[in-house]
Amino acid sequence: MSIKVYIPLDSGSVALGADDVAAAIAKKAETNGADVKIVRNGSFGMYWLEPMVEVETPDGRLAYGPVAVEDVDDLFVSDFLSGGDHKLSLGKTQDISFLKNQSRLTFQRCGIIDPLSLEDYRAHDGLAGLEKALKMSDADIVKAVTDSGLRGRGGAGFPTGIKWNTVRQAPGDQKYIVCNADEGDSGTFADRMVMEGDPFVLIEGMIIAGLATGATKGYVYTRSEYPVAIDVMSEAIEVARAAGLLGDNVLGSGKAFDMEVRMGAGAYVCGEETSLLNSMEGKRGVVRAKPPLPALEGFMGRPTVVNNVISLCSVPVILEKGSDYYRDFGMGRSRGTIPIQIAGNVKHGGLYEIGFGLTLGEIVEQIGGGTATGRPIKAVQVGGPLGAYFPKELFDTPFDYEEFTKQNGLIGHAGVVVFDDTVDMMKQARFAMEFCAIESCGKCTPCRIGSIRGTEVVDKLERGEDPELQIELLTDLCQTMKFGSLCALGGFTPYPVMSALNHFPDDFKPRALDIAAE
Amino acid sequence: MSNQIEEQSVRVADICDQMSGLEGPLLPILHEVQEEFGHIPDGAIQTISKKLNLSRAEVHGVASFYHDFREEKAGKHVIKICRAEACQAMGADQLGEQVRRHLKVDWSQTTTDRKVTLEPVFCLGLCACAPAAMVDGKVVGRVSPDRMNRLLEEVRS
Repeated sequence: MSIKVYIPLDSGSVALGADDVAAAIAKKAETNGADVKIVRNGSFGMYWLEPMVEVETPDGRLAYGPVAVEDVDDLFVSDFLSGGDHKLSLGKTQDISFLKNQSRLTFQRCGIIDPLSLEDYRAHDGLAGLEKALKMSDADIVKAVTDSGLRGRGGAGFPTGIKWNTVRQAPGDQKYIVCNADEGDSGTFADRMVMEGDPFVLIEGMIIAGLATGATKGYVYTRSEYPVAIDVMSEAIEVARAAGLLGDNVLGSGKAFDMEVRMGAGAYVCGEETSLLNSMEGKRGVVRAKPPLPALEGFMGRPTVVNNVISLCSVPVILEKGSDYYRDFGMGRSRGTIPIQIAGNVKHGGLYEIGFGLTLGEIVEQIGGGTATGRPIKAVQVGGPLGAYFPKELFDTPFDYEEFTKQNGLIGHAGVVVFDDTVDMMKQARFAMEFCAIESCGKCTPCRIGSIRGTEVVDKLERGEDPELQIELLTDLCQTMKFGSLCALGGFTPYPVMSALNHFPDDFKPRALDIAAE
Repeated sequence: MSNQIEEQSVRVADICDQMSGLEGPLLPILHEVQEEFGHIPDGAIQTISKKLNLSRAEVHGVASFYHDFREEKAGKHVIKICRAEACQAMGADQLGEQVRRHLKVDWSQTTTDRKVTLEPVFCLGLCACAPAAMVDGKVVGRVSPDRMNRLLEEVRS
């Protein structure tokens, strides 16, 4: 029997050389006459160990990493195919503490299975949630999701069950499930990881959403920057169709559901649900005013559920294990688990799924292990380019929707980006405005014009032109953008700007004065 | 020349026909046209607008809204460098500066020999292996200045 060797196909691992390592291992195995079957799995999300190679042994899966092509000969010398000891040995995968201490519900299979094997998926509890849902009424499915306390993981945190119920009750001969996989926030990669590593869970979640609301057609709208996710997702849909999981007769139930992948075209604003719908309809990705809600008049003017990837991927486990099981994780009104993505200048960057409630300090210092450069942490941006910068003084903030709101921040899609003490916060504030200017859809004035004025004001501040006036102007401008913008792009850009200004005032002193003082 | 334009419009019309069954076919059509021709030619906009019964202004409006669609062909190689926050935290600004200096171009420009186009990208989802880049569609993580020099040598050779 051939020995199974797992090497991730995950973009992050590939970016660090996984394809070359896989080729080198295949070649060396052939030379040595070793019977090896290479499985390209998803990543477990421990990126400082990628490319991580695993070997299946009678004792379980043993991990080695990070493996470079130059290490391959040496691994064979150490007989890694039999689990031989090597300087890159990490022991059993499941015992690696970063992984062991998580509560993996949404990501329970990611890294473990062959992403495109439906047999593997079933063998690891896949489709158990759907099979239960097929025996339930639409109202009961919605109730299970509502009772679980699941809230939109894209960032807005709106209760998923309530959204589903609106669509369920909306009249319409055709309804849609649209998965928002336009994961554009810097510091986030959970959607990408799950689409590459466990695509069937998204398919299962979308079918359940269809059963609950009466929608028979689904779309996954994702980014052109995610070619691997698009390929894996599209192939998984083909496999699911061939197996009768998608189509006119889902698992022989007589119910219909089918889906396809749509690719965006490099517009950040299309992660906003109404501009996403416009984009899917073939229009400019301009934000729509609400009401009407997409739940009532969404894609093609029909009732549409727009949910984030992680929201939909959390549904199968809720149906399988029950609302209580899921709700028992978390704190306050933030129930269940959240895949925290630890990124930027951090020693142990990756994905960490856990119940809500860890403090920001625990996340970046204990789990993340501090900065990659070894310098002190100065700031942590939580929630992507529209999220606030947190100073060390706020590291006791628990990871929870409401707690972050209280600190004038947001958890967004749960991306956490660490910066060391070399970061210049005035530059970061300027970048937030610049990014908003580049990506603004142009529909509303506060965002379109405000962001340009914002960069100009920061430039004047940097040049030392009447600094007090500029700070007053910047604050006023942020107020206007926050309350006057149509969507979160213009409305939340003030978060990084104002948090940088309020928490790091020393960085906003005019540079010209510094020079004069020297 | 006119033959070429005619061939082009036949091919674009074919693409439109292939995609006509999709709900909201315009983005998939534009992606396919760009895949085929390397950019969205002026003539294609005219053909698409006729096929989809839209005005040319509408099709142009959509094509020009999205960063992905090009009016002109890119260079032989395309280097995209992530300029977003997670990569900034690991030196993306310096990396961008290094490449701009080496290629003597600014963002979104092509070298005079048409060999390399440099483009900014805001997040490749490789935020835990920053700084990140994409060279001719292939992702690269933890790009050190040395690694970037090697990549630049490869594309310029």
